[in-house]
Amino acid sequence: MGRAGEHPRAAVGGLTVTVLLDADGVRGWMAGMAKAVDRERDRLTELDAAIGDGDHGISLQRGFTAVEAALSAASAGTPGAVLMLAGRTLVSSVGGASGPLYGSALRAMGKALADSGGADAEQVVAGLAAARDAIAALGGARGGDKTMLDAWIPAVDGFDSAVAAGEALQAAALAAAAAAEGGAEATVPLEARKGRASYLGPRSVGHLDPGAASTVLLFRALADAVQVTGG
Amino acid sequence: MKKLINSPDEVVTDALAGIAAAHPGLSVDTKARVITRSAQTRIGKVALVSGGGSGHEPLHGGFVGTGMLDAACPGEVFTSPVPDQMLAAAKSVDGGAGVVFVVKNYTGDVLNFRMAAEYAEEEGISVQTVLVDDDVAVQDSTFTAGRRGTGATLLVEKIAGAAAEFGGSLAEVAATGRRVNAASRSFAVALTSCTTPAAGRPGFDLPEDEIEVGVGIHGEPGRSREKIRPAKEIVADAMAAILEDQPLESGEEVIALVNGLGGTPLLELYIVFGEVASVLAARGVRIARSLVGNYVTSLDMAGVSITLCRADEELLALWDAPVNTPALRWGV
Repeated sequence: MGRAGEHPRAAVGGLTVTVLLDADGVRGWMAGMAKAVDRERDRLTELDAAIGDGDHGISLQRGFTAVEAALSAASAGTPGAVLMLAGRTLVSSVGGASGPLYGSALRAMGKALADSGGADAEQVVAGLAAARDAIAALGGARGGDKTMLDAWIPAVDGFDSAVAAGEALQAAALAAAAAAEGGAEATVPLEARKGRASYLGPRSVGHLDPGAASTVLLFRALADAVQVTGG
Repeated sequence: MKKLINSPDEVVTDALAGIAAAHPGLSVDTKARVITRSAQTRIGKVALVSGGGSGHEPLHGGFVGTGMLDAACPGEVFTSPVPDQMLAAAKSVDGGAGVVFVVKNYTGDVLNFRMAAEYAEEEGISVQTVLVDDDVAVQDSTFTAGRRGTGATLLVEKIAGAAAEFGGSLAEVAATGRRVNAASRSFAVALTSCTTPAAGRPGFDLPEDEIEVGVGIHGEPGRSREKIRPAKEIVADAMAAILEDQPLESGEEVIALVNGLGGTPLLELYIVFGEVASVLAARGVRIARSLVGNYVTSLDMAGVSITLCRADEELLALWDAPVNTPALRWGV
């Protein structure tokens, strides 16, 4: 489990903290995702076999294993730098559509965080929005096409609404994970219009999109990583 | 499922070692996962690089050699290669005249080759991409990732490869490849699913008496499922789909490829070719050149794809030009 950095803030009647997503937090996020992909590999592969070619779980496992190796070999850095390295590593190790899509997403988020040493909730949501936009730009898909965007879009919206309502990073990340889950479930009745499932036409209906399913894992891992343990 | 493998994780690596051992005309970098010709690219010759998921052998590595590809980049089974592979290949085979990427139209291949093209351009290598999308089973292109690249990939690699060998410029070689793709249509039928080494069981269940019509080459289900019927009727439907999309007039000529998907005996492929020939003869279309065999496969899938390429004198001359690769060899 990763830990987020704590920045004490003066408060009446005790210590409250504003949690920031720092480099260790991002490392924890990526480690959590690697664990989740290990655990869910077969389910992702089965979802993909139903409407695609059955490599999604295996590909992501290869990718996030490589990310862990790359991050453990690299020095601390900023959250942005860690995300850029993770993204580059995914592009170089995954292949398929998921490598460039997840890789570009993390790189875009890393770029958006710039040289911030610890991203607050607003910066995180801006980074996630940049990631979502990178996926849309590269893959050419839109919401409703039965792709990972159908989880990304509600997740980023959910994050954004929570932050706008004054929620802290932890609560906003939990809201985003729940929204991602809802978005992924909503892909079941859709007919695929992008990616390999689109070749099936109406036969893609009734199946959960594997990219949306792995996106849920990514947002859950983020939510886990920003929960302050024992704080 | 029994497979002749050592470990599911080492399938591509072990196969590359075998390709290296079997074909001294090829140079195989098992670490970078790039197959090139042993001989360096002639200065001024446009280089052709292709690649895609493994499991379609002999595509693409088996088509590396004089008159065809300069390099191939094999990905994991049914998973597109990563941009680093195509960049390494482009750097290795660029003869100063630029590189043509031959890319089958699948989202993963398209994205990874696009990133590789950007990397290569940044390193000063000119790249043109030829996208192959010949599969008429994908009907509604506006609402899909577009038609898949299947059997026509072989025709594009052979004919564009010849154009490069004859000294065509980067733009000319790419244009020739695009012309072959535009003139080609394919349709495939599967009798069984296929089993990736990592999954260990078939990608979909197909009852003994049913076939998948309009499949691709990745074990993904097709557009519809039907009862098995005589070859004549199955071919008639496949040909109808192809000819509806690209009508061929009496007096026209084609290159006809009947391609096995990996698990169908040549005996049956010839039965299919005979039926293809009958349909074309009835329309007055002449088969100028033909090819029958397992070239663009889908692991152990039983089934067949039919590809017709409307030919003209130039394309036929390039088709007839010498080629010397592990899987395709003539005129040498």
